[in-house]
Amino acid sequence: MGNAHKAAANVNAATDTTPGAGGSPLSSPTTPHEQPPRSTIWGVAGAIAWRGVHTYVRRPELSIPSLVFPLIFLASFAGGLSALGSVPGFDFPAGYTAFQFVFVLLQASMFSGLFTGFTIAFDFESGFARRLMLAAGNRRGVALGYALVALTRATITLTVVTGVALLAGMQITGDGVDMFGLYGLAALLVLVGFGWAAGVAFRFRTIQAGPLMQTPVFLILFLAPVFVPLPLLRGWIHAVASVNPATAFLDSGRGLISGVHNHTALAYVCAVALICVFTLWTLRGLRAAERAG
Amino acid sequence: MSPSLITQVGALAQRSVLKTLRQPFQMFPIIFFPAILLIINASGLHAATLLPGFPTHSYVSFAIAVAFIQGAMFSLINTGTNLAEDIETGFFNRLALTPLRRVSLIAGLLVGVAALGAMQSAVYILLGVVVGAHLDAGLGGALVVIVLGSLTALAFSSFGCVAALRTGSSEAVQGLFPLFFVFIFLSSSNLPRSLLKTPWFHTVATWNPISYLIEGFRSLYIFGWDKTALLRGFGVAIGLLVLGLLAVQWAMRTRLQRT
Repeated sequence: MGNAHKAAANVNAATDTTPGAGGSPLSSPTTPHEQPPRSTIWGVAGAIAWRGVHTYVRRPELSIPSLVFPLIFLASFAGGLSALGSVPGFDFPAGYTAFQFVFVLLQASMFSGLFTGFTIAFDFESGFARRLMLAAGNRRGVALGYALVALTRATITLTVVTGVALLAGMQITGDGVDMFGLYGLAALLVLVGFGWAAGVAFRFRTIQAGPLMQTPVFLILFLAPVFVPLPLLRGWIHAVASVNPATAFLDSGRGLISGVHNHTALAYVCAVALICVFTLWTLRGLRAAERAG
Repeated sequence: MSPSLITQVGALAQRSVLKTLRQPFQMFPIIFFPAILLIINASGLHAATLLPGFPTHSYVSFAIAVAFIQGAMFSLINTGTNLAEDIETGFFNRLALTPLRRVSLIAGLLVGVAALGAMQSAVYILLGVVVGAHLDAGLGGALVVIVLGSLTALAFSSFGCVAALRTGSSEAVQGLFPLFFVFIFLSSSNLPRSLLKTPWFHTVATWNPISYLIEGFRSLYIFGWDKTALLRGFGVAIGLLVLGLLAVQWAMRTRLQRT
């Protein structure tokens, strides 16, 4: 049994109060020289990730909406707005489907992180997260474990979305390295979305904080050049989109899929900076949750 | 309608309206989300007006029709959630045990929804004025928009009642929201059907009744008095209402048998 499975067993045992359920985590079978897996950050993270992914796969009411929403966006934007590809001044080498695919990909990435924030909030409401904090030797592993859940969820969603887009005839004019860069950016945005949502979830510890997790991300994404490139936007939205970091993400992603790089370095720098900020936000939230008991 | 039935329906309609108006978290999405989406889409999709064949130079006048449909969708969720909460708390069962006529149990709720639908339509018309939408049909057109908005909210809400009566769970009703929202996405909400170039999307939007509701509202803003678009819009709203009420009747029978 690997460390993650051992730690999962410990966490489950610690949280299961039924008679004969396996006893206390203190009675976990470890030798005096072996550090209990639940006390290492990766042991705790692995246990939480295993449980989170297991729950996600086993419960269609969790997995289906996170798969269906990006597909609806892709169908609605790439299918319903394809005429925008012939607007004067619109010149994107890979076509309108690829143009919108990048938005859907990056949006789905951030929302995979957000939905994991919902899971944390739900776990606090049900009392599971509090028991988990008692059982975990290293509580930073709790946050890390949920981050791994977010990345795994995103991997499933992005695979499905990419498959559907390719079946719908999406063109990719970038090369393999460009695509690696695109999915690397998507992975960073999963962590950005997760960092924000986890910080909120640890502070409020209720699912009612859901709108606070979603609404700012939703607004930031839609205040970027979603439907047409930045030069075709007019008025206030052009001014807002020009300073919105989501514009750099979209420009970079579209540049990578088409092979015509645009703001790639800026997007990566913004994403890494946001991850640093939201890591602090999450860890401080975790401390707030610890103080709350 | 006997005076007692009018009294019963009136009392329950008043409760329905007050219950929504007194809960800011129910009013907030009705006003905030359609408004913010209208403002963002009107700016972000303004370039669509450059397409040959686009019917107007003002995208906000084109897009405001969607706000009325989104408002009706929120009515569906709020009505269904309120009814499901009444079922969960036992209030609905206690009402059913009183001498109230069965028809007034739901009729009261739906009359309240119609009143709220008219109010939210008036708010969207004012919002349109603020953001620069031009109502080509004038004051008379505004009244027709309010009537169509109220009818649409009523029709959608009847489906919310069906969901509540069948499931008895407010959580289940909320879970249906994305399902209904798909109908807006797969319609002529962002571009006219003549400019939907992807064949499968054009077919889906043509078969989607929501397209005709949107085009009914939109015609008053862009074309003035377009008889065909209005007849289709009202036809879809009335058709959905009839279907919804038949489904409510069936769901009520099952629910009261359980009670």
